[in-house]
Order: sequence, then C-alpha cells, then structure tokens
Amino acid sequence: MTLFVIRRLGLLVGALFLSSIVIFVLLHLLPGDVARVLGGTEASPERIEALRAELGLDRSFLEQYTDWIGGILHGDFGRSLLNNKSVLDELTSKLTVTAPLVLFSSALAAVVAVPLGFVAAARHRRVDGVALNVASQLGIAVPSFFVGLLLVVVVSVKWDLLPAQGFPTDGWDDPAEALRALALPVITLAISQGAVLFRFVRSAALDVIGQDYMRTARAKGLTRSQALVRHGLRNASVPIVSILGVQIASLIAGVLVIERVFQLPGVGQMLVTDVGTRDLGKVQGTVLLIAVIVLVIGFVVDIVHGLIDPRLRAVG
Amino acid sequence: MKHIWQSRSGRIGLVIVGTALLIVLVSLVWTPHDPSRVVPADRWLPISRDHWFGTDGAGKDLFSQVLVGARTTLFVVLASVAIAAVIGLVMGIFSALAPRWVGESTVYLIDVLIALPGLVLALVLVAALGGSLWTVSLAIGFGAGVVLARVVKSETHTVLTRDYIVAANASGSSTFRTIGRHIMPNIGPIVIVQLSIIAAFAVLAEAALSYLGLTPVSTPSWGRMLQGLQQSVTVHPWAIVFPGAAVVLATLGFNLLGDGLREAMDPTLRRRTATGVTGPGTTPPSESLPSELTVVRP
Repeated sequence: MTLFVIRRLGLLVGALFLSSIVIFVLLHLLPGDVARVLGGTEASPERIEALRAELGLDRSFLEQYTDWIGGILHGDFGRSLLNNKSVLDELTSKLTVTAPLVLFSSALAAVVAVPLGFVAAARHRRVDGVALNVASQLGIAVPSFFVGLLLVVVVSVKWDLLPAQGFPTDGWDDPAEALRALALPVITLAISQGAVLFRFVRSAALDVIGQDYMRTARAKGLTRSQALVRHGLRNASVPIVSILGVQIASLIAGVLVIERVFQLPGVGQMLVTDVGTRDLGKVQGTVLLIAVIVLVIGFVVDIVHGLIDPRLRAVG
Repeated sequence: MKHIWQSRSGRIGLVIVGTALLIVLVSLVWTPHDPSRVVPADRWLPISRDHWFGTDGAGKDLFSQVLVGARTTLFVVLASVAIAAVIGLVMGIFSALAPRWVGESTVYLIDVLIALPGLVLALVLVAALGGSLWTVSLAIGFGAGVVLARVVKSETHTVLTRDYIVAANASGSSTFRTIGRHIMPNIGPIVIVQLSIIAAFAVLAEAALSYLGLTPVSTPSWGRMLQGLQQSVTVHPWAIVFPGAAVVLATLGFNLLGDGLREAMDPTLRRRTATGVTGPGTTPPSESLPSELTVVRP
C-alpha cells in the first residue's frame, strides 16, 4: 500500500507540473496581447512596448514561465494585471463563497442520488424504477442555469421564501443569512449533479446485480435487498467513487454558471469577469488552482480505490 | 437505422433531432418576424397568433429568436463533434499503437488535460483567442475530444488483442491498412455513441457559454436569450420557458439518440462484457467504467 501511495504521489506531482505548462502555453502562445488591451486602441506602439516591458511580456517564454511557477511554489499566485491586487488574496476571499457551495451541493447530491440509484437498479423493471430513470434523463438535459432560473421564479418570486440573488456583503458574519443566500444555488447544483450521479450509480448497481456472486447470495437465502446491501454495495462502490472524483471537475464548471445566475461573489464569477477583461495574470492563477484541486481529488480517489479494492493496488 | 427505430429512446431521439434540423432549414428561408427588429410598442406581448411565443422587453419576437438560435446551436454541435472526433480518434489510436512509453505518456497527458473541466478550458481559450463561434466550438470539441481519446485508446487496446489483428500483421498489412480495415470498423459503434453524447454536451456547453456572455454579441443563441430574459424574470417569468425548453429538448434529443444507438448495437456490447474482457479488477478503475460513464456536463 505504501508503494502504491508513493507511486500515485509521483504521478500527481508530474501531473501538476504538466498542467501548469499546459495552462501557461495555452494562455501565452495564442494571439492576443494584454498590453494592447491595457493600452486601449489609441495607444501608440511605443506606449505598448513600454507596457510590455513593465509587465515582463518582452522576456523570453521560458523566463516568464519559471518566474510564474517559482512564485507559485513560494505561495505567490501572481498579481492582477489590471489592479495589481494579489491573486491569492482575492482567491481566498472568493473561496469562502465557492467552497461551501461546492461541498454542500456535492454532499446533497450524493445523499440523494446514491440510495435512489440503487433503488432504481433493484426495481429497474418496475414503474417506479423506470420513472426515476426518466426523471434523471430529464435532469441531465436541463441546463443548470435554467434549473436555477426556474427555482428563482417559484421559490423566490412566487413563494418569497429565499433570496433570489446575492450574498451578504459582510460574508459569514451572519451565518444564517449566508446559508439562506446559498440555499437555492446549492439545491440547483445538487439537482443537476445528482441527476448525472444517479445514472452512474444505477448503471454500476445494474452491473453488479447481473454478477454471479449476487445469484449465489440469493441462492443461499438472502433477499434481494439484503444481497444488494451486503454484496452489491462494496462491489459497486469502485465505479461510484470514480464518478464522485470526475464529478468534482464538472461541479467546478457548474459553479461558473450558477454563481452568475445567483450573482454570488465566488471564484467562478471572478474567472468569467477576468476572461471578459482579459486579465490573463489572474486567469492563469485561477485556472491553475482549479486544475490543482481536480488533480488532488483524483489522487485521493485513487487512494480510496486502493483501500476499497486491494486488487487495484497491484495494477498501479 | 432500422435498429435505432426499434428502441423507444432512439425513436424519440431521432424525431427530436430531425425536427431540430428541419427548424434550422426553415429558419434559413423563413421566420415569422425579423428576430432582431426592435419594436418598442410591442414590449412583452403575450402569446398570440401573430407572436407564437410572445415578445421580449424590446418587442422582439421570441419564436423567431428561438428559430434562429437553433442555427447557432447546430453549428457549434457539428463543429465541436467533428473536432472531438478528430482529436479523439487520432490521440486515442496513436496512444494505443505507439511504442509503450510514447503511448503511456500520451495517456498521461490526456489525463492531465481531462483535469481541466471543459468549461474552464473553454474560458481559457476564449480569454486567449476572443469569443467567436469557432473558438467556442474548438474549446468544446477539444475538451470532449480528450475524454473521447481515453475511450478510443482502451477500445483500440481491446481490439489489438484479437486474432484478426495478429492475422492482419502476419499477412503484411500496413499500419494504416490495419487501422482502416480492422480497428476503425470495430471501435466505430462505440465512437458513434460517444459522439452523440458529445453532441448533447455541446448543446449544453454552448448554451452555458453564451449565457455567460462569451459568444459574440451579434450571434443569436438560446443561452444569450436566457441571459437577457433573466433581467426581468421577476416580472415576466414565462418568457424564459421557450429558450429553456429548446435547450432541454435538443440535449434530450441527442442523449436519447445516443441511447438508441447503444441499444441498436447492444449485441456486440453485451458480448464484450460477457467474455470478461472489461471485467472488474483486470483494468484500472477509469477504464472499467461502462462506456455510458463518460458523460461530461458543463
């Protein structure tokens, strides 16, 4: 197991390094120059040259990269090209909104979708199982921001239960207010993520149900549900844990859109705004952070896999 | 085609996708009103014989806007599916056929690229290239393509272990001939199913990106309609239903078509799992997932 963890750790470090190169190359090799954007359309060529020198854009590609990555290794995610604020400071303050949003919604999605997925698999020929399946098919097809808009119309406008938009300006000073502001975004994300998760759980459980050991379990006198809980759960959990890992990536993408719907001052809103203003310094810091989070979660998922299923440790 | 029609999902999917194509064709020659004409006197008209979906806050006809929006969606879907197919097939088959260390490094690179969520990748590309429909399609196609590459690679690996490949090699078939005659036909069905799922993903991704305002302002699209209508959703909640339903139907159509295709090709898929080639424990976790498990969503 130790060897397995060490090998995975090596792969993780390599992947982090590689993803930083990919992000840097994508943002620097492609056309489009921040100096030109900053200078405006009226700027003279000399002014743009001066700006380029000031921003360090005139140095060699490799120099710029090592500078950036060196800073990150020292905990410096760079500065905004537009207002010179530290990217890390802004990210940490935005994360106080985004992190709870991601955590609460994935917890809610998992709590609802995993049991339902098993139920739907066990009863896949009955009316309720089929109904669940159809509902999830619909849930996948509905864009999350549309779900959000519908919830706003019903819950906030019609019933006047929860705030439709925004987040308290004093952040978490009043936890109840902050939670109320997050309630609808969390439910929205949980619905669209839960629908996908449900389908994965269902198909994983269906796979397990067809296996020989399930027939053996039934033959030795267990009921369907007993067999499913005792033998099916652990076997189905390997693909389900994989999916939870993959879902984090799509959850982050969902956050980009949901924060816009509910006007939450989170990482997603910031990234979209920065893309709009072409603040590449902030974009590359933010995107790297996202990649780091996804890769680290992938690493954790692999370790959990090893714990659940000893056979996978050997494959490495 | 006949087999797709036999499955219920496939039938519904075909009908929806066919209708969408028809709508695009119709919108090229006829819309009831000019979708971009602002008529201040006609603000927020209810549904009527003249305005089937009513009008928006600028007096623009919503039905015509939905029709024209379908064009943008279809363009992005076709372009991004084509890009994804090229990237997925080239990277996937290459990494399966290349010498061991080259192939494994390619897979490693693919895994790293998958770690960048599709929509985030799209944002990066839009930041660097500016938002045009081609950029958006490139971003969506690239993100989906690397995921497809992984599927193609593991499918190709399975095919490579078959006797007919050994026979082809023994009879002196060139690499390209083997790819064209033996690998492509055998991974084809799975790739087609995946492409149909990618098409559904592209509908959602295009809607999300244009909702975020990252497609050109002048391009009509369902996501952009929703963005505009959201501003007055408290007063005129009904208007959002139409573009929203259009996105839902288009996504559902491609997803169901994918299900239908899968069912039509089920005999091969079933045989594959029955022989235990993809049985549990013999492959790393990410490859032991059923092929359905590669759905991505924005």
